[in-house]
This record gives sequence, structure tokens and C-alpha cells, in this order.
Amino acid sequence: MIDILTAIFIISSTAAGLAAILVVAERFFADYGECLITINNDEKRTVKGGGSLLESLTSEKIFIPSACGGRGTCGYCKCKVLKGGGILLPTEEPYLSAEEKKNNMRLSCQIKIREDIDIEIPEELLAVKEYKVICKKIVDLTYDMKQFIFSLQEPAKISYTPGQYVQLFAPKYDGNTEEVYRAYSISSDPADNTIVELIIRLVPNGICTTYCFKHLKEGDQALLNGPYGDFRLTDTNAKIIFIAGGSGIAPIKCMLHHMQNITCLREAVFYFGVNSEKDLCMVDTMRAFEKTLPKFKFVPVMSRPEHPEKWKGETGLVTEAVLRNEKNADQSEAYLCGSPGMIDASIVVLKKLGMKESNIFYDKFS
Amino acid sequence: MTGLTGEMTHALVVCFSAIFTGNMVLSYFLGLCPFIGVSREIKTAFGLGTAVVFVLTFTSGINWAAYHYILVPLELDFFRFILFIIIIAAFVQFVEMIIERFSPLLYVNLGIFLPLITVNCAILGVSLFMVIRDYSLIVTVAYGFGSGLGWMLAIVSMAGIRQRLNESRIPYGLQGPGITLIIAGLMALAFIGFSGVLQGR
Ligand SMILES: Cc1cc2nc3c(=O)[nH]c(=O)nc-3n(C[C@H](O)[C@H](O)[C@H](O)COP(=O)(O)OP(=O)(O)OC[C@H]3O[C@@H](n4cnc5c(N)ncnc54)[C@H](O)[C@@H]3O)c2cc1C
Ligand code: FES
Repeated sequence: MIDILTAIFIISSTAAGLAAILVVAERFFADYGECLITINNDEKRTVKGGGSLLESLTSEKIFIPSACGGRGTCGYCKCKVLKGGGILLPTEEPYLSAEEKKNNMRLSCQIKIREDIDIEIPEELLAVKEYKVICKKIVDLTYDMKQFIFSLQEPAKISYTPGQYVQLFAPKYDGNTEEVYRAYSISSDPADNTIVELIIRLVPNGICTTYCFKHLKEGDQALLNGPYGDFRLTDTNAKIIFIAGGSGIAPIKCMLHHMQNITCLREAVFYFGVNSEKDLCMVDTMRAFEKTLPKFKFVPVMSRPEHPEKWKGETGLVTEAVLRNEKNADQSEAYLCGSPGMIDASIVVLKKLGMKESNIFYDKFS
Repeated sequence: MTGLTGEMTHALVVCFSAIFTGNMVLSYFLGLCPFIGVSREIKTAFGLGTAVVFVLTFTSGINWAAYHYILVPLELDFFRFILFIIIIAAFVQFVEMIIERFSPLLYVNLGIFLPLITVNCAILGVSLFMVIRDYSLIVTVAYGFGSGLGWMLAIVSMAGIRQRLNESRIPYGLQGPGITLIIAGLMALAFIGFSGVLQGR
């Protein structure tokens, strides 16, 4: 009996001794001390080494777009690393073009901070903040689209350019074990900088949209960060052709509010593509814009109306309607928003109408 | 003095025979799992091979000491399986920390394979053989080193062959592990040719 006990004791204490050595070694090897992150040759932040660059920047309240939560699968979190990023890792390679590699672009979620590091990020990203918000109102737009109005808590105000997007945080919930951020274009009136309005379309089994549709209730807290993106109106006087499908209406609504606020007299036409009557929404809002913006026209296009005899508007694909109505587009600008398929098809049509590629702006909801 | 020289000669012979005649994979079929899993590219095979050489050389020495200074005096040698495994696991963890700190590229390349070394039976095999064969410390370390080199030689040659095979057409049912095992068999046959060269024990 004693024999067995001593044997167990000896083996256990050897194991414990080894574990202790490992703990000490971990202290020693995994401690990278304090490292200095220099941003754009100007801002300096001291962080604890050992974490990923993305994590460290987030903890310093500097937000770099990231859709996959740092797992190296979205390729959004690119930034330029001038010094201290170490060698390019095999996990980064698939997301970087030859050009980007030459320019020292890296995926910030894959880089581990081991020493002082110099990075360059677009100036706007430094203005990105995290907002604690309360979901004030949820409005049903169609069977699969809802409008969410969030009132800002902390910070209380947001400043953005119409066309930009925010990232909404989706927490873990029943049936979802992942925390993710997803991009949604701001659709609110920029005159009111205390709220953020989003128009979201349900993606079946989508992590974030399921959270918004099934779990988020009026009065709940939520978290977003932003603004991001360079989809925005130019300050020329060229005619505007807006093309959107589904929830792509969001940034365009925001731009129209803005045009109204500055009494912009640019000629504009908005082709809004939907499948059938049950997808059509915001018609009243758009008709109201037609009243206040004298040179604005709203053209809903239905590809498969359920009651063709009752539908008086345009039918067919949105690109077909554009071809029918626009004659010469070489002096116009286009703003496209929606699924990648719709955007690519629209670009082809617009170029056929003589539009220069440099005058086509878009946000792909991919 | 002659004792020491004799010891060194013995160590050298054991080391060479561990590489060629008594090759861990090709003669004893130990450590087959990573041998098949990580032999797709010479670069990674070489990385893992180096790690195995390193781990084997050190763990065989440490395990020798643990066996002779802890287990034998306490008459607990039946516990050697457990103790050897614990020591190997701890040592691999330790090496993992060092690699992560000093060579991120190697760390990323070996990825999940580094912990796999822990359960690489070639490593435990060496420690158990050294007990059965009653080697001295110097011979044990030489044996560990040689076994590691032998394992690395085998996996790197295998990776070379498999890289070549990428361009050839292999019958559907044999692709992947199938053809790899057949090649391993042919390599083992080739290695038998060494047995006449060295008669190490
Ligand atoms: C710049 C930008 C702006 C965006 N603005 C808006 C917006 O204003 N309103 C809005 O509703 N969405 C917008 N999106 C899309 C949004 O970010 C999410 O991709 C979408 O809501 C799905 O998120 P999820 O977590 O619910 O689905 P996930 O869990 O990410 O996806 C579940 C499955 O659905 C597929 N999937 C992902 N997105 C879509 C999609 N859009 N359509 C069809 N299948 C999809 C995925 O491949 C996956 O297989 C925008 C995207 C970008 C990049
Ligand atoms: S955060 Fe998605 S790849 Fe880096």
C-alpha cells in the first residue's frame, strides 16, 4: 500500500516539477515586454507585446476593418507595415497581390507584436471609434428586410460621410458560438448625428443577420464601430445614376438625405431593382425625395411582378431598365450598391452607354 | 582511457546503425503517422525532421537520467512509460515556446505538427529501446541523435519522391496515403541493403 502511494507521489511530483519549469519558461519566453507601435510616423502607442497587431490596435481603440474576427479568412485587415512585422507568413500570402506584397501590405491579424513596429493606415481609420448604442426602433420593411434605428450612447455623436458603413458586433447567442463584426451601410439622415440607421436584409442562417432579426429587441444595447469606406458622392455637377438592389438602398438613402440638406440641384435618377411586389419598400420615402429634390427621379424596377397587370412601373432586370432609359452616359456618374453580381452587370451596361470607368463608384455587399 | 574510446566507438556504431540498418520508420515502423502526414513538401519535412532530431537527442538523454537516477533507485521502473511520456510532452512544449519566440516562420509551417511530436511513437520508442538494450548515457544520446537523423532522412527522401510524384498520374485509389505506404515499403527494402554494412547492436 505504502509502496503504491510513494510511487504515485513520486511520479506526480516529477510531473508537477516539470509543469513548474514550463510555467517559469513561459514567463520568460512569452514575455515580449512593452512594444511601441508608431502609426503614420506620428501617433505612438505602447502596448504589451505578444498579441496580434489587430488585437493590440483594437485595445488601443484604433479600429481596422475585420470581418472574420482575426482568423485570417476575410483579408479585410490589411495595413502597411514598414518595420518590425517579421517575415511574410504563409497564412497571409493568399490575400495579398504581388503589388501589395511589394508595398509591404500585411494582414494585421496575423502579425504578432514582438518588437517595436511602424505601420501606416489611412488617416480616416484613426477617426474610427467604437460606439455603445441602444436599439431604439425596429421597422419591418419587407418580409426579409428591416430598418434598425440605434441611438448613440457613448460617444454621443458620430460624424461620417454619406455612403460610409459601420461594423455591427454580433455576440454569441443560442446556436452561434462566434463573435463577428459585419459591415452595414449607414442609411440615416446625416443631419441627425445622434442616431445611426441601418437597413438589413436577412441572410438565411447568417450569423449577424439572424442576431438582428431574432435576438435584437427594441431597448437592447448593441455595439458598432466605424465609419469606414470611401464610397461617397463627388463634388462635381455631373448627373447621377444610382443603381441598387435590396438592402443596397441604404447608402443611397443617406446620400439623398444629404443632397436634400444642402439643397443640391444635381440631376439624379435612382434605379431600384427588386424581384416582385413583396420586395418593394421605401417607396413613400423616395417619392418624398422627388418632391424636395426637383431634379431627382425614383425608378423602381421589378424583374418578376406577381401581378403584372397592376404593376405600372418598369419591368425586367435593373440593367435592362437602365439601357432603356439612359441614352448617353458619358457625362454622368454612377453609384452602385448591392450584390457583386448586380454591380458587375451594371458596370458592363454603363460602359456600353459611354460612361468612363473612373466615374463609376460602388460598394459590393460581399 | 580505452574504456572511453571503446564507448565512443560503440556510440558511433550505434548512431550509424540507427540511421541506416535500424531506421526507426523503415525498420521498426515507428513514427509512421507524421511520416505520412507531413511528407508532402521537402521544406516542411525538413523542418519537422530537424525538430525530431532535436527532441530525440535531448529526450533520450533526459529520459536516461530520469530512468537511472529516479526510477531504478526507487524500484519504480515499471512506471517508465508514464514518466517518459510526461518528460517528452514537457520538453516538446518547451521547444514549442522557443521556436515560437525565435522562428515564427518555422512555427507557422509546423503548426499543428509540433504537438504531434509528443505522440510520435519513434520518440518514446527510442527511450524504451535504450532501457531494453541497456545503453550508457553517451551511447543513448548517440542513439537518439542517430534515430532522429534516420527519421529525418526517411521523411525528407519521401517528401522528395512525393514532390516528384505530383506530376505523375497515379491510379485514383492509390492517391495520397496509398502510394505513400507502397513507397515506404520500397524504401524499407532498399534500406535492408545497409544491414550488411554495419552490424551494430
Ligand atoms: C461595405 C459593405 C456594406 C454592406 N452594407 C449592407 C447593408 O447596408 N445591408 C445589408 O443587409 N447588408 C450589407 N452588407 C452585407 C453584410 O455585411 C453581411 O455580409 C450580411 O448581412 C451577411 O452577414 P451574416 O453574418 O448574417 O451572414 P454570414 O454568417 O456571414 O453568412 C452566411 C452565409 O450567407 C452567405 N452570404 C453572406 N452575405 C450574403 C449576402 N449579402 N447575400 C447572400 N448571401 C450572403 C455567406 O457566403 C454564407 O454562406 C454590406 C457588406 C459590405 C462589405
Ligand atoms: S481579420 Fe479577417 S483576415 Fe485578418
